[in-house]
Amino acid sequence: MIAEELPKIAAQEREEQRKFKHHIFVCSGTACLSAHSDQIQAALEKDVEERGLDHVCAITGGGCRGLCASGPMVSVEPAGVLYQGVKPEDSSEILEKLDAEPVKRLQASTETPFYKRQKKVVLEYAGTLDPERIEAYIAAGGYGALLKVLTEMTPQQVVEQITRSGLRGRGGAGYPTGLKWSTVAKAQGAHKYVICNGDEGDPGAFMDRSVMEDYPYKILEGMTIAAYAVGADQGYVYVRAEYPLAVKRLKAAIRQAQKNNLLGSNIGGTTFIFQIDVRLGAGAFVCGEETALIASIEGKRGVPRPRPPYPAEHGLWGYPTLINNVESYANITPIIRNGADWYSAIGTEKSKGTKVFSLTGSIQNTGLIEVPMGMSLREIIFDIGGGIPNGKRFKAVQTGGPSGGCIPEQYLDIAVDYDSLLHLGTYMGSGGMIVMDETSCMVDVARYFMEFCMSESCGKCVPCRVGTAQMYDLLNKITQGEATLDDLAMLEELADMVKHTSLCGLGQGAPTPVQSTLRYFRDEYLSHIVDKVCSAGVCKIHQYAEVVR
Amino acid sequence: MRSTAVKMVKIPSEDKRWRLVNAAMRRHGNKPDALIETLHTVQEAFGCLDDLSLRYVAANLQVPLSCVYGVATFYNFFTLKPQGEHNCVVCLGTACYIKGAPQILESIQNRVHIKPGETTPDKKISLLIARCLGTCGLAPAAVFDGEVVGKLTADAATDKVEGWMKS
Repeated sequence: MIAEELPKIAAQEREEQRKFKHHIFVCSGTACLSAHSDQIQAALEKDVEERGLDHVCAITGGGCRGLCASGPMVSVEPAGVLYQGVKPEDSSEILEKLDAEPVKRLQASTETPFYKRQKKVVLEYAGTLDPERIEAYIAAGGYGALLKVLTEMTPQQVVEQITRSGLRGRGGAGYPTGLKWSTVAKAQGAHKYVICNGDEGDPGAFMDRSVMEDYPYKILEGMTIAAYAVGADQGYVYVRAEYPLAVKRLKAAIRQAQKNNLLGSNIGGTTFIFQIDVRLGAGAFVCGEETALIASIEGKRGVPRPRPPYPAEHGLWGYPTLINNVESYANITPIIRNGADWYSAIGTEKSKGTKVFSLTGSIQNTGLIEVPMGMSLREIIFDIGGGIPNGKRFKAVQTGGPSGGCIPEQYLDIAVDYDSLLHLGTYMGSGGMIVMDETSCMVDVARYFMEFCMSESCGKCVPCRVGTAQMYDLLNKITQGEATLDDLAMLEELADMVKHTSLCGLGQGAPTPVQSTLRYFRDEYLSHIVDKVCSAGVCKIHQYAEVVR
Repeated sequence: MRSTAVKMVKIPSEDKRWRLVNAAMRRHGNKPDALIETLHTVQEAFGCLDDLSLRYVAANLQVPLSCVYGVATFYNFFTLKPQGEHNCVVCLGTACYIKGAPQILESIQNRVHIKPGETTPDKKISLLIARCLGTCGLAPAAVFDGEVVGKLTADAATDKVEGWMKS
């Protein structure tokens, strides 16, 4: 494809779409699929055919609408009607009411704070784009950014745009993306690689899964722009094997992009060459760490190595390698399309743009949200999230997965960005936000994450391998009511040691859940140790039961 | 690292599934970095990674058997033991955990009398745990024979497993 052909494809697709008066999108994300949205789609398709509506109404498997707990979601465009909790038998009623008042019984309001307060940059076109057809993406403006970059901009200008936008790595640590790109661009090497880190291992986080499932083309386009900017010729998307739908859609998207000359050689009619392959993870949390991920792509055990040298200079097979997270790449096209200034106007002074969070746990509206950086936790949890169900009391919100911490009620009004969370002793992480109510025991939560880090430790460095096991034993003792105050002192000492002496982020972050719960919920630890009581009623403290008896 | 011409070792048997394995290795140029992708294919085709297949892959990709074994045991996704006829994967991600996944796992364990990672002696049911399925919106969740079931209760889970035991 050459630059002139793109508008033609877009116009043709739009013309095609205009033939249909109604467009029904059935969410085909993992959550809605497991609530049998595929059966709903089949029922709608059958009904449309039987009623002879196939020339006025198109049925498409669409992307995620965010409100996963109320799925399966079905939306009718252009009317903008959203249905929730749809069953296959509802299909005829939905079709009957296409030109009339929507089915009240199923309708979900789009006027609620859940939809109104979000800002979609990564998740633009929310749910109304066919994730399996490149034409639909092109018609929605896709690949315009890539062709603009290839025909109008030099690689330096692209790097400069990304730097100016203020985008920071969405994998968690928040390293400035532009800086990373310029380091790789300057590095010398016969080859250069671009890697997309889709090894979303944090339990309780599914943002990247959703982005890969719904916007595979957007990730490919972002990676291709990155490759142009840094001078890479080969890219890899490293995806968890646990995400089969994401793998399937990415592979299909790569094939379609190749067919349309948007990947491969002579991309967009220029001399630029870039190829992307999918690599499957195999269930190792540590592979989210960049050097471990590189080892895994090389077909080895996913074991990290000391840095420096950083992958930007010495990465895959020893060549300069750019590694970014899925969400970081998904931000690239909007930045190029709308300009760095537009992007940097969103968010806070040091954290620009938006962030996608997966809101789960004890919360009314579990699902996927995207908000501008700087929104307060209270707005996220109580306005967008709808608060805590069943009249329970909010206790804490956990961010950053096994390397993150818990934030208690008194800090709910802080503006969420990279730095404010670090200040509170947790970190942004990839965007999992797990809300806990009074029925969660914070010591048990700390033990849960320690167990996770202990079994996911790769075993290479001693502080992580042995330290996490020792800390887990101590936490176990505390939750069983068998610990002493000396054990608590030992736990704190170990936490400090493991944090400062481990090789990679897994070990360095492993003590964070313990340290943060100790910081805000020390009384809970003490009541387990001194009074032998778990106030949340989670831990089974045998000794206490015997005393009462 | 990048080896050139590779002499292929003969397939261990006439089983057609070996062709899939060969195709996977060929797709990656029979190079050592094809190891993980190849093991995925072997597990998909044969259900697990047995001794024979590990040796075969090692010989063809020219990777020492020790390294192949190292990779196969490092990653949680790979299994060296044959799986049961049915399998149940309980998610123990954070969202599922605080919404009662441990109780669900316990009730299943009490019913089938095996621990996670084990298969019943009659080879009927395998019980596994997952770190996170990514369906946190539907927590607690589990996968029964490849089908994700969300908003699960302990009763529903044991019913499902009991159904398998009777079949």
